Amino acid sequence: MTSHVLSQLRSLEAESIHIIREVVAEMQRPVLLFSGGKDSIVMLHLAAKAFAPARIPFPIMHVDTGLNFQTVLDCRDRWVERLGVQLVVASVQDAIDRGLVKEEPNGSRNRIQTPVLLEAVEKHGFDAAFGGGRRDEEKARAKERVFSFRDDFGQWDPKNQRPEIWSLYNGRVHQGESIRVFPLSNWTELDIWSYIAAEDIDIPDLYLAREREVVDRGGMLFAVNEFTPLKEGETSERRSVRYRTVGDANLTAAVESDASTLTAIVEETAAVRITERGATRGDDKVSEAAMEDRKREGYF
Amino acid sequence: MSTTTENLAEALTSGSTDLLRFATAGSVDDGKSTLIGRLLFDSKTIFEDQLDSVESVSKDRGNDYTDLSLLTDGLRAEREQGITIDVAYRYFATPKRKFIIADTPGHTQYTRNMVTGASTADVALILVDARKGVIEQSRRHTFLATLLGVPHIVVCVNKMDLVDYSEEVFESIRRDFTEFASRLRVPDLTFIPISALEGDNVVNRSENTPWYEGSPLLSHLERLHVASDRNLVDVRFPVQYVIRPQSHESRDYRGYAGTVASGVMKPGDRVIALPAGLETTIESIDTADGPVEEAYPPMAVTVRLADEIDISRGDMIARPNNTPASLQNIDAQICWMDESAPLTVGKKYAIKHTTRWARAMVKNINYRVDVNTLHRDEDATEIKLNEIGRIQLRVTQPLFVDPYQQNPETGSFILVDESTNKTVAAGMVGGLPHSA
Repeated sequence: MTSHVLSQLRSLEAESIHIIREVVAEMQRPVLLFSGGKDSIVMLHLAAKAFAPARIPFPIMHVDTGLNFQTVLDCRDRWVERLGVQLVVASVQDAIDRGLVKEEPNGSRNRIQTPVLLEAVEKHGFDAAFGGGRRDEEKARAKERVFSFRDDFGQWDPKNQRPEIWSLYNGRVHQGESIRVFPLSNWTELDIWSYIAAEDIDIPDLYLAREREVVDRGGMLFAVNEFTPLKEGETSERRSVRYRTVGDANLTAAVESDASTLTAIVEETAAVRITERGATRGDDKVSEAAMEDRKREGYF
Repeated sequence: MSTTTENLAEALTSGSTDLLRFATAGSVDDGKSTLIGRLLFDSKTIFEDQLDSVESVSKDRGNDYTDLSLLTDGLRAEREQGITIDVAYRYFATPKRKFIIADTPGHTQYTRNMVTGASTADVALILVDARKGVIEQSRRHTFLATLLGVPHIVVCVNKMDLVDYSEEVFESIRRDFTEFASRLRVPDLTFIPISALEGDNVVNRSENTPWYEGSPLLSHLERLHVASDRNLVDVRFPVQYVIRPQSHESRDYRGYAGTVASGVMKPGDRVIALPAGLETTIESIDTADGPVEEAYPPMAVTVRLADEIDISRGDMIARPNNTPASLQNIDAQICWMDESAPLTVGKKYAIKHTTRWARAMVKNINYRVDVNTLHRDEDATEIKLNEIGRIQLRVTQPLFVDPYQQNPETGSFILVDESTNKTVAAGMVGGLPHSA
């Protein structure tokens, strides 16, 4: 006789599957936002589990900033192929060319993703969009619901959230309104890595430590490549580094690490003392309320 | 790499850790934030950049000490007004358990937030200031925790350093609290003398309380036995979604996806599908990783049945000799959560119970409960924001319910305003959990 206790990873998995099924059962046209990062990969993996042996009954959408690491795109395409899921690409470059958005002076396309995302959501009539956000990532996210209501401008109003009691989710919306759904709300970075290791999930090679040519810019290590070429006067060196998050290739820094296997990454994550965004994302450092502001505008 | 870190990594990956959810309730000055900060800090969950940021903001504001509440108060309005608006979720893990903390603010919207946080909690942590003893707020929090059926209550008698770690003070608070709690149904009540600020009995046993023979808080939370809290007797499987692959290889597959609400299901079990009332046998319990020998809460599985029965979302699978009540007249406790309008007799709402939506009309308000005194006002004509009351609902179609105190999964529902689509109430089927 078993103890009838689920391990924490299996509890989190069950909760996420429940959320994903609930959305598909109640919403008209869901979509899964897929960035190619580890969280959206875990979310896609869970979506596949939720409907097995059937295929995932909704498309996935990649808001393509045009600043992707090639290995991330390769990994995305492997997942699409393996699961037979429909891929929608919303191109930021295309939106810049059409004049919908303007390139920001610092080269970040993080903020200008939002209008592109909102336009695509409206064009395809999506009334629910899954995002890989976790509550442990950031203070504004810690207070966001699993089913997060957005008005017809895609905006989040933190003071006007629907109470979320038990696992009784309320996805009711009027025409034009939508919900963002965060099935990984209760996962931590450590849970994500433990799960990736336990399930041996296919992720971009960038997450694993390798000898890479890097340049040190104010304490942040950037890999030298087409997106972050060496500037004049800079010198590069070979170091064993890996990426903790995968954002725009021109802004995401690597960290020094010897973790070249999934198990080693779990151990490193258990020991690490700096948040993943604090360590590697230039775009989140803007202000204390940076994330909240972007979410109010319709960002994830 | 330390041994603890390797242990943690190994435990998490191998699946030997389980999950414990706890809710904390308290006001700004009872040391709740400090306690959470202490748990996170001593379990090495606060990251250096988070601490740096909190320290620099505290300094900017001219605080003498690092304000750990800044770790959880994330919204602009909260920082500007120095208040906590909403339930914040925090996480930490030890090699034994992963913990999810629902941190609920004590002042504004306290009932709504506490109900939200407690609805999924295994444990409620109630903070009592050793200098003040059991106050109205302690009673209110305890009442709400028992109303929501939280199986374990841990009373942290905090600020023991300010009463010279006095055993008499602690014992007197324990007596007062126990006497009050005897009017409620509290299955498991524990008292721990702590100082969140000094760290006494939070993670490590304190030398200042040699008279205290129990565990420090963290070990207590690590060891708390919660497996038997779940209802493993009454099989309830609300059908969430029907899986029918549109592919050649599995064309004949028809599975009922859902989360086990209670009970243990096994292939070969006789079951009944409601509302159809037809009996059949469980053919197989499937997951993406293959079939399983048994399914229990909160597993998300897909059940295949031996006979073809017309079953859809909102239906319920149970055992033929153990079924929930099928009711259109619901007697329930509700907590009202909407600030724009109160609940009144004759109003209609959408109701969501398990995976089933219906419409409901308020037939009667039996009474409103004063959450501070537990007094019942039987002349009440409305239930306003943050108030609790007992009501009668008439529902457009039968719901398959159990009393909440026996089965929270099938005894809970929400009411939704049909024009604004807002969730306006949390409902619990059946009477109050106390005899008074």
